[in-house]
Amino acid sequence: MSNKVFAHASDAIHDISDGAVLMLGGFGLCGIPEHAIAALVKKGVRQLTCISNNAGVDDFGIGLLLQQRQVKKMISSYVGENAEFERQLLSGELEVELIPQGTLATRCMMAGYGIPAFFTPAGYGTEVAADKESRPFKLFGQEKDYLMEYAFEADFALVKAWKGDTQGNLIFKAAARNFNPLMAMAGRITIAEVEHLVEPGQLDPNEIHTPGIYVHRIFKGDHFEKRIEQRTVQAKSTV
Amino acid sequence: MLDKNQIAKRIAQELRDGMYVNLGIGIPTLVANYIPEGVQVVLQSENGLLGMGPFPMEGEEDADVINAGKQTITTIPGSAFFDSAMSFGMIRAGKIDLTVLGAMEVADNGDIANWKIPGKMVKGMGGAMDLVASAQNIIVAMQHTNRAGESKLLSQCTLPITGLRCVRKVVTELGVFDITTRGFELREIAPGVTVEDVIAKTAGRLVVDGDIKTIVL
Repeated sequence: MSNKVFAHASDAIHDISDGAVLMLGGFGLCGIPEHAIAALVKKGVRQLTCISNNAGVDDFGIGLLLQQRQVKKMISSYVGENAEFERQLLSGELEVELIPQGTLATRCMMAGYGIPAFFTPAGYGTEVAADKESRPFKLFGQEKDYLMEYAFEADFALVKAWKGDTQGNLIFKAAARNFNPLMAMAGRITIAEVEHLVEPGQLDPNEIHTPGIYVHRIFKGDHFEKRIEQRTVQAKSTV
Repeated sequence: MLDKNQIAKRIAQELRDGMYVNLGIGIPTLVANYIPEGVQVVLQSENGLLGMGPFPMEGEEDADVINAGKQTITTIPGSAFFDSAMSFGMIRAGKIDLTVLGAMEVADNGDIANWKIPGKMVKGMGGAMDLVASAQNIIVAMQHTNRAGESKLLSQCTLPITGLRCVRKVVTELGVFDITTRGFELREIAPGVTVEDVIAKTAGRLVVDGDIKTIVL
């Protein structure tokens, strides 16, 4: 069996080069491949196209790649938390394609299922629909107009899981699942970073979210910062 | 006139036992604070959770448990996590019974604009376009006018559209409006507000007839 395990993020991403198209899992800063991003910053690859729901914040996540001007194009649904992003966008340094969140998720999923295109009502009649084929369909007893959207292809998918085994089987935790299993299935080469890396047989096959067939490389992250974007709590009662 | 919390409280009166509900960011989030006695709803957070609970106690926050506004939250017994494609699958398939959203503009045919101000704000649509394209029951919670004092209830949206003919009801600080083929039909009016106030601040087609109740909270 070929060895999928890498010791460090830098080894796992060694062949990501200038101009690569990447998918990066995560929603906000939740479930992002933070070690792979740090390794890309260190490697200094440029002209990247990043497919990711968000663009991180100024000093964490994809924001770190933006700071170093390593990103040519972002394909995202919401980018509101990053001032540097907005600056680069308004100055024309950065190309941005904004697409509806469900469309983004499904375009990733479709690649993993081998389906080239699908129809969705999201964005019909809006500027998102420009130059796209549309068609009416009747579903659930209702006729509506749908837009045709294509599956995304990516050279590399960078995902973060809670647990993984050396064969690449992955389990995600809570809301850190988000785009990760979809992108894991879509990458030409999928690189997973995990909090816990175990031997085959130590994960319950009933609980695997992503079968290892989709995962080409896996490594254990040393320490996950897991930064919280909006810390909201209830004050402890003093009673 | 209603404040933000009172707008949320009025919308909470639309909740029915057993509903699956998606609440957007801003005033819609506040609706969760006013779920009526005896009514249980399941809150969906479109990043991948059904069964969202309140904010965690201080010290118990978990970076992996957040809502669509990226806030730390908790889960309630019976909750479920899933990926983002399934999350929008249930939205597209019409499984969500009620969707409450904020808006920058609503037109009297139900069009909504809430994602972009050209040249100024480029944050993106997030899940809003998916939600408005598929939800069967959309309530907009918003202020009746913008910061310049101009009506946000229009005959036609001026900002880039999020979705066409999808909003069913609008609740503002002035009243409750159903959107029908006739336009914005004033159903309920806020305490201390006159019909003349509503007429003066509504730019789209406004229908004032029949029994108009005062909002009771």
